[in-house]
Amino acid sequence: MTPLLVAAMLLTCVGAAAVVLVRSPRRQAIVLGIYGLILSVLFVLLGAPDVAMSQLGVGSVLVPLMVLLSLRTTAHTPTRSTSRAERAQPTDDEGRPG
Amino acid sequence: MSRQIRLVVFALSAAAFFVFFVAAARGLPGFGTSHHPYGARAIHAAVAARATANTVSSVNFDQRAFDTLGEEFILFASVIGAVVLLRAEPEEAADSGESPRWRAPRVLAATRLFGYLMLPVTLLVGSYVVLHGQLSPGGGFQGGVVLGSAVHLLYLTGDYAALRAARPMDGYEIAESLGAGTFVLVGLVGLLGGAAFATNMLPYGTLRGLGSGGIVPLLNVAVGVAVGCGMVVLLAQFFRQDLELRVRGARGSAR
Repeated sequence: MTPLLVAAMLLTCVGAAAVVLVRSPRRQAIVLGIYGLILSVLFVLLGAPDVAMSQLGVGSVLVPLMVLLSLRTTAHTPTRSTSRAERAQPTDDEGRPG
Repeated sequence: MSRQIRLVVFALSAAAFFVFFVAAARGLPGFGTSHHPYGARAIHAAVAARATANTVSSVNFDQRAFDTLGEEFILFASVIGAVVLLRAEPEEAADSGESPRWRAPRVLAATRLFGYLMLPVTLLVGSYVVLHGQLSPGGGFQGGVVLGSAVHLLYLTGDYAALRAARPMDGYEIAESLGAGTFVLVGLVGLLGGAAFATNMLPYGTLRGLGSGGIVPLLNVAVGVAVGCGMVVLLAQFFRQDLELRVRGARGSAR
């Protein structure tokens, strides 16, 4: 249990708490990217470089990208249940009208 | 269920979980021991018997290739799921020509330059990671993710039209299916010969050589192609849904 490992684990806890405590999904996507980077550093310190590369690719690139794309897609796409009048109104980033 | 009842149920379950978790954690070996029974055997099998320097790749693509087959098709199935979910509904139609939504108006010149410069670098790094999976950390999946995200640097430069030009969808779909199919076929060759699935029937080569490991480099390339093209197809559905399709009869998108 080297000090470096303890520091990396503490940083992981802080990063995880940060991801949960940021409420807006758009900002969570960016914090998720940083958290993915912290996790991959932890994996390298534990001696698992393959897992760290996978984590970097998936957690820091793919997941934030897909979260942001899903937010855009669901913000603009009207559902069948919304009325015509509601559909004509522009929605903001969180999907609320206005 | 009211909020109070939910909290009580959670508290009871959390207490029970905590008790069993602590009991299980105390039965584990100590952190950071030097006693790894499976690890020692896997390393010996990979390096000494099969001349593959990267033990993880050897376990993934040689010793336990059947598990990797399942993982590969998880990705394949999820791409199909996204394609199905984001397909064009009867009330949606694709934009016929280039639409003004395809050019982001406020991209910094530095971002554009970075995107154009990093595209060949990322493609090279991704190919390197895929081809050297049997030698250094990395392999098919990691390199495939790098390759798939390299193509989307074009989108980050703000030019969706360039991304569409660089991304003939039929080609990518066929390539992804070929990659996944190659994995299955290479595995089936072992079965047809009377041995187990994915038996390593190619020559092992010399340790640390580029072609070492028998079927490991072959499966690395197959998985790299399948994962990279699968990612491009997956993200293309999102882009298409957002930038190309629009509800018939609507006067512009809801922005």
